Amino acid sequence: MTGPATIFDRPNTYIGKPEPRADAARLLQGRGRYVDDLNLPRMVHAAFVRSPHAHARIRAIDVTEARAAPGVLAVYTGADIAAEVTPYVGTLTHMAGLRSAPQYPLAVDVARWQGEPLVMVVARSRAQAEDACDLIDADLEELEAVCDQETALSPDSPLIHEEFGSNLAWERLVEAGDVDTAFAAPGVTVVERTFRFGRHTGVTLESRGTVCDYDPSENQLTMYYSGQAPHMMQVILSKHLGLPEEDVRVISNDVGGSFGIKIHTYGDEIAAAVAARMLRRPVKFIADRMESFMTDIHARDHVVTARIGVTAEGNIVGIDMDDLTGIGPFSMYPRTSAIECNQVLNLTGAPYALQNYRARGRVVFQNKMLMCQYRAVGHPIAMAVADGLLEEAGRAIGMDPVALRKKNLMADDSYPRQSASGMKLDDLSHQKAITKLTEIMDYDALRTDQAEARKRGVYRGIGLVSMVEVTNPSPMFYGIGGAPIASQDGATARLDAGGALHVASSITEQGQGTNAILAQIAAGVFGVPIDRVRVTTGDTRNVPYGGGTWASRGAGIGGEAMLQAAHALRDQVLEVAGTLLQTTPEALDIRDGNVVDAGTGAERMTLADLARTVYYRGNELPSDTKPELIATRHYRVTDFPFVFTNGAMAAHVEVDIETGFVKVLHFWAVEDCGRVINPMLVDEQVRGGVVQGIGGALYEECLYSPEGQLLNTTMADYIVPMAAEMPDITVAHIETPSKTSVLGAKGAGEAGTGGAPAAILNAVNDALSPLGASLWQMPMTPQRVLTALSEG
Amino acid sequence: MKAPDFDYCRPGTLAEALSLLAGADGEAQPLAGGQSLMPMMNFRVAAPEILVDLAGIPELRGIARQGDMLRIGAMTTYRELQDDPALQAVPLIAMALPHIAHDAVRNRGTIGGSLALADAAAEMPALMMTLNAVIELAGPDGPREVPATEFFLGYYETACEPDELLVAVRVPVAQPGEVFGFHELVQRHGDYAMAGVAIRATGVAPIAGLAVGFFGVSDRALRVPAFEEALTGTDGSEAAIAAALPKLDAIEFEGDTKISAETRRHYAGVALKRALKEMLA
Repeated sequence: MTGPATIFDRPNTYIGKPEPRADAARLLQGRGRYVDDLNLPRMVHAAFVRSPHAHARIRAIDVTEARAAPGVLAVYTGADIAAEVTPYVGTLTHMAGLRSAPQYPLAVDVARWQGEPLVMVVARSRAQAEDACDLIDADLEELEAVCDQETALSPDSPLIHEEFGSNLAWERLVEAGDVDTAFAAPGVTVVERTFRFGRHTGVTLESRGTVCDYDPSENQLTMYYSGQAPHMMQVILSKHLGLPEEDVRVISNDVGGSFGIKIHTYGDEIAAAVAARMLRRPVKFIADRMESFMTDIHARDHVVTARIGVTAEGNIVGIDMDDLTGIGPFSMYPRTSAIECNQVLNLTGAPYALQNYRARGRVVFQNKMLMCQYRAVGHPIAMAVADGLLEEAGRAIGMDPVALRKKNLMADDSYPRQSASGMKLDDLSHQKAITKLTEIMDYDALRTDQAEARKRGVYRGIGLVSMVEVTNPSPMFYGIGGAPIASQDGATARLDAGGALHVASSITEQGQGTNAILAQIAAGVFGVPIDRVRVTTGDTRNVPYGGGTWASRGAGIGGEAMLQAAHALRDQVLEVAGTLLQTTPEALDIRDGNVVDAGTGAERMTLADLARTVYYRGNELPSDTKPELIATRHYRVTDFPFVFTNGAMAAHVEVDIETGFVKVLHFWAVEDCGRVINPMLVDEQVRGGVVQGIGGALYEECLYSPEGQLLNTTMADYIVPMAAEMPDITVAHIETPSKTSVLGAKGAGEAGTGGAPAAILNAVNDALSPLGASLWQMPMTPQRVLTALSEG
Repeated sequence: MKAPDFDYCRPGTLAEALSLLAGADGEAQPLAGGQSLMPMMNFRVAAPEILVDLAGIPELRGIARQGDMLRIGAMTTYRELQDDPALQAVPLIAMALPHIAHDAVRNRGTIGGSLALADAAAEMPALMMTLNAVIELAGPDGPREVPATEFFLGYYETACEPDELLVAVRVPVAQPGEVFGFHELVQRHGDYAMAGVAIRATGVAPIAGLAVGFFGVSDRALRVPAFEEALTGTDGSEAAIAAALPKLDAIEFEGDTKISAETRRHYAGVALKRALKEMLA
């Protein structure tokens, strides 16, 4: 790609520097503006009666007493809300065969998961709304629930949607080469394992929430929204509430974590918008922690049976896998719940030069909370299956897992190429990554320590993973299938009269530092000190149109748009400067807020002088000069469906074989996210991702009873990783810039979450191997480790 | 998650508090540090009509040495206890306090609140049983005392009547030669124990005057006299422990979403072994 070649060595570039985030002080001083901080005049509060059963027919709901309760303004049943919206269906045309039933914000005739909203109460306070909820008498006929995905497809299973004739939502088969012949060849060892991945959820510090404000004088609905994709929400509200898009404004101020939880359509949030329009006053809904556990999308929930074939010399001849995943009673709207399974099929074994690959995925309905895209969609399953099998195969043939990887990882000079599943790959560095990883972790010394420790009855394990990560998605991800989700992003840069740079972008900030990197890119490329940049994101009325921040697309796509906009503005400003200074734009540059002589760096005029001349004293300009001190550019990924990144990670663990407790001693991550814009933010993103991955591997699971009752809905029962238990996490980088953009940035946000579970799984099994035990289920809880040991 | 409406009183004396409780016909709930009660009210698991806040009652505060006993007022927070030099006389509590929840909870949670709530997985009831502490109650008929070993009756159930208040706990200070052990099994520091144990002994070679309190194993903190007897007089070796462990059959071990009852029984033995090993080292 052509573009400004010198932007990375300009004297005042901030790209690549560990700049502190401008918003850190504000957030740490408690001056964040989260949805629940908002109190609008005449605002009222919503609470919901939710289904106590996983599957139940609604016979009757008596709301008489609740309507008369103190402070109550309105009580809406499913039918009341359904009359105000059109239903939504979570299917996309490019996910061929995917089916799901029409869904309303509140259950209408049948409730299909425990926690599905049945009735909405709006009152002057949340407490009054909850009081009134307690007065509602819902007459429910409990129906048999489908909970276990492994029996959901059996002919005698109850059906969640009768009209489909089965509980199958989607199925896909990927086949390359001939696995059966490869596995049957002489000298090939075939290892088979069944992996189980529990359900977990995002546990955002700030729970889901919205304030919806409807102004009838302008037919204007404003949704203050804790979310990642404001323009997507704008379309959804417009479409299903029947409002022109321009009459819906979605504002996301500070967002306290999202991790993919907040890019979906939740009935309680849509109902809040409906209620605001009916009541003509602002309605606030904030999910409490219990509601978060019950109704934030869940993730994972896979059972995978997989085989790997390897020769005695360590050549992997193929992988054969079968993924069965439960998604709840509907496919989530609008992104669908088939994407995770699809990613598992696309990504399993993708780091390796595989000739033969077969993968079947089946996605089934069940009476549990909906499953959908959460940080590192599909990655932890794909990485754990491929690299879990790889290390098990290494044990079977007596080959060290590093040597086995080096033998099978794609060569760094072999790109562009395709994975066995047909993914287009370019600019990857697997061999460099694993070499760097083994250096920084001192792999050989760890193996020596491990052998010593075992003599003392201490069981330590070392586990690795080589991974790919899907980032910077193109229109092929959602847009092609008809989803109202922009795949491109836009950025605007505007020079103000005082010489400051105001930028706006369609990507969003949810705590990871999006606004900080936008400022870094804009300041450096345009040429002002970073403290002269102000960033606006998260407002459909005030930022360019775009997709938001998810799928590790913010830096790579939004960042490139920002770069192009800042560069365009620089050219525009230099053209004006050339006129004012009677020289050519090429003879000038912008540095540190001044127009300077490009050769000598001598100051010619300040940006403030230039801007004031343009804005206030246009009479000093020739009449044919029409200065533009604002520039907007958009960017989308072309030629590739995704920009893949790669990395390698390792975990060092100690298993207490008496209790089954796993202690993570150290973790290492080598990540190639292309050009690093802010090493401090990238490192913390990787560390945060690793911690979330450790959570999935060791702690976090949404536990359901056989009847579909969620058993753990508090932070005491659903345990997340905490700082005291987390290891030091060493992060190192390889920078192979993407050729798809000038900036060359790929995503980094999901690497840790995608890779860490596989590394932990491998490390635990490495520790258990001398005892003849192994465990293939996540989370690897103390109980499961003990059970594995007793069976070993 | 908002509590239902309730009336709130903040009495200034113990007598006033008792009369509020007596007049409420069982519908009042004393509020101590609120670290358990407030979440239970917000979850609408508890819905008292009247909340009697004990924060303003001087008689419930203070830590005082009284001869061979340390008297700890019911409204003493974990933090105040941890910071009080007098606690050096009761090393078992000092050993246990860092394991009780986290700073935020220890800053507000109270000793009396924990004892009166009687959560089966909490440390404080087991500590008091192991130390043979005496619990002071006050009620409409005046004060009375209950040995800690007789105070805990079941899930959130104690010998404290609805019209009574827990005023203080008197804990025997350590005697020369006494040794203590404490161990709990948690996946994360500060969690409720999956099994925990507190130990006191007047001698170690052989073990004498042994008291062992278990928590996080059943419906309440408990001691098992037959188990204590079986270990007494032994050297506390792994063999001696293994010989004594069957006596824990007296405990009805409970399973939950994390571990089975069988694993919990195993954990009780592991915690005991680890606490004893450290104590005897």
